[in-house]
Amino acid sequence: MKKTVFLGALTVAGLVGGAAAAATLDDVKARGTLNCGVTTGLVGFAAPDANGVWEGFDVAVCRAVAAAVLGDPTSVEFVPTTGKTRFTALASGEVDMLARNTTWTFSRDTDLKFEFVGVNYYDGQGFMVPKALGVTSAKELDGATVCIQTGTTTELNLADFFRKNNISYEPVPIETNAEGQQQYLAGACDAYTTDASGLAATRAAFENPGDHVILPEIVSKEPLGPLVRHGDNEWGDIVRWTLNALISAEELGVTSANVDEMASAPTNSPEINRLLGTEGNLGEMIGLDADWAKRAIAVGGNYGELFEKNIGENTPIGLARGLNAQWTDGGILYSPPFR
Amino acid sequence: MTTMTDPPQASFRLSQLIYDTRYRSYTFQFIALMLLVALMAYLGANLVTNLAEQGQNIAFGFLAEPSGYDINQRPIEYDSQSSHLRASVVGVLNTLIVAFLGCLTATIFGVIAGVLRLSPNWLVRKLMAGYVEAFRNVPVLIWILIIFTIMTAVLPSPSAFRGDNSESSMLFGSFAFTNRGIYAPLPIWEPGSQVVVLTFLASIAGAIYYRRYATKLLYDTGKLLPMGWPSLVILFVPTILIFFVMGRPISLDYPALETFNFQGGMQIRGSLIALWFALAIYTGAFIAENVRAGILAVNRGQTEAAASLGLRPGRIMNLVILPQALRVIIPPVISQYLNLTKNSSLAIAVGYMDVTGTLGGITLNQTGRAIECVLLLMLFYLTISLAISAVMNLYNNSIALKER
Repeated sequence: MKKTVFLGALTVAGLVGGAAAAATLDDVKARGTLNCGVTTGLVGFAAPDANGVWEGFDVAVCRAVAAAVLGDPTSVEFVPTTGKTRFTALASGEVDMLARNTTWTFSRDTDLKFEFVGVNYYDGQGFMVPKALGVTSAKELDGATVCIQTGTTTELNLADFFRKNNISYEPVPIETNAEGQQQYLAGACDAYTTDASGLAATRAAFENPGDHVILPEIVSKEPLGPLVRHGDNEWGDIVRWTLNALISAEELGVTSANVDEMASAPTNSPEINRLLGTEGNLGEMIGLDADWAKRAIAVGGNYGELFEKNIGENTPIGLARGLNAQWTDGGILYSPPFR
Repeated sequence: MTTMTDPPQASFRLSQLIYDTRYRSYTFQFIALMLLVALMAYLGANLVTNLAEQGQNIAFGFLAEPSGYDINQRPIEYDSQSSHLRASVVGVLNTLIVAFLGCLTATIFGVIAGVLRLSPNWLVRKLMAGYVEAFRNVPVLIWILIIFTIMTAVLPSPSAFRGDNSESSMLFGSFAFTNRGIYAPLPIWEPGSQVVVLTFLASIAGAIYYRRYATKLLYDTGKLLPMGWPSLVILFVPTILIFFVMGRPISLDYPALETFNFQGGMQIRGSLIALWFALAIYTGAFIAENVRAGILAVNRGQTEAAASLGLRPGRIMNLVILPQALRVIIPPVISQYLNLTKNSSLAIAVGYMDVTGTLGGITLNQTGRAIECVLLLMLFYLTISLAISAVMNLYNNSIALKER
């Protein structure tokens, strides 16, 4: 008995990294839940509501994948990760996928051995300052104290921006968004910088959101998207095409309201039929059943619906579609065809 | 009649390794050692295999690449174009700064609290007991956060100093206590200032020499020279004279409120203060207990004998008890210093950029070289801990009871 425990402990200690490289789809199915890495709490993107149920734009991606793979959008184990712990959590196999405002960069894709499966939000880094400061441009921030989340690309962009404009600043590194909010509101820093969407979400949680302005400068490109580990392409395909299914659904007019009706019988649009599994065998090709995409869309609707419900203009966060509109509406959201 | 019998030759048999008590312990130790080595080798090989499977390797080349991030507290020249190695060095220096300040302050707190815990005054004794129990039994991370949060919430932000009718004003027109830290005047060393500094150092040496001379004269001849005011005169008069003779080469740079922050002068950041103070007050509580134990370890007869010679309580403590108690106090205090140094790695909680924050935080994150960074971190903390114990052990040997 003791020997078994000892050997078991050895195996666990040694194999955490190795085992994770095996087929993630099988692991998820055997486990019955999807482990999804999210932020520690950013209203609109991923935060638990009053009942402790996670909701938000990133959370919706996790739920869609769970619905496609397991048939149940609630069998997701949400693992809150900080900017520092997220990559270790994914690389070690603690989470199966990461949907956590993570910027797609060259080195993360190649050197860190991750696979970004797409972009679910095109973002850029901005600055928020109290209105009372009277600052109208980020270039006026010479000598300011800037709060910044450590372990993110924003840290590097910030250094680049101030160096390029030849102005000085004092960085105050912080660990989580909540801490940053606290420091910023206490006046311990003049400006808070992160992705513009994150600033809007943070500001929405303030007591007086109107007292703070987001400066017009967007100092970087931040394509945020879900990511998985290198080395398991089948799993990467599932997450990629679940995201694409949500985007395509909006383009094709499939919504949470009409998805059941459209999937019940073939429609006269072949692409909708292929997407919803009433024609062709796309589901089989990625190792799932025929109505995987239908289930994913049925959870919270298509991309547009998710956007409006979680971070859209009618929510406290109030983000406009902007770049994140469909390519047919002047945005750059563009899903490869389902065929 | 004598019979000569040879003692039986000890012939070694393999079974003796287990059944003979002379060898048994060696056998088991050897087996345990082999198992340990095998375990390490297994884990090491596993690491290498897993890394190879993920297509990664262990390399330290990233240390030479530009770091790309900024650090607020820079004891040496550093900007975002400096290498990761330089960022690590900045972190190391920041760690050493807070560890040094912390150890110094913790010792002062500890000695005062430890001595006062044995005070005959009930109130003082209980107050100190309260301090020790409260700080020793709450995790240091909580104290760091409490102190930092109180600082940010209670102290005014720099904008409160603005305007003619501002809410806050600077102390003596030169010190500003804000929630971003304390701003104080910074001396500017102009040419000729070295002479002033050298004079001051010479004055210190002179004052020490004078006090030694006076003590010796007192012991040899019984003649009592005044101690207090001549020391002060020796310390300050020559320095002040030279200062004016050289044309006032040292001036002060006062902090002044600019658009966002105070600029100029010296800034002691809130993160450093919170970390320093929390570590000092937390470790001080442990040192207080060490000091108390050391004092109690000195035989009560020593106090009584000193009292019967007519020494006052303060002098008994300083001249008789503490020097003997030090032998008991120093060894556990060494380990408290080590604890403090290692606890300083909690710095990231308040955004203080120590080596865990730079090398083990941002560098690790931006390069993804987790194993290399953590290995370097372990190496650093090991080195610094061994160095501290080496120095303290030297000191301990110098005050240890000399047995002749």
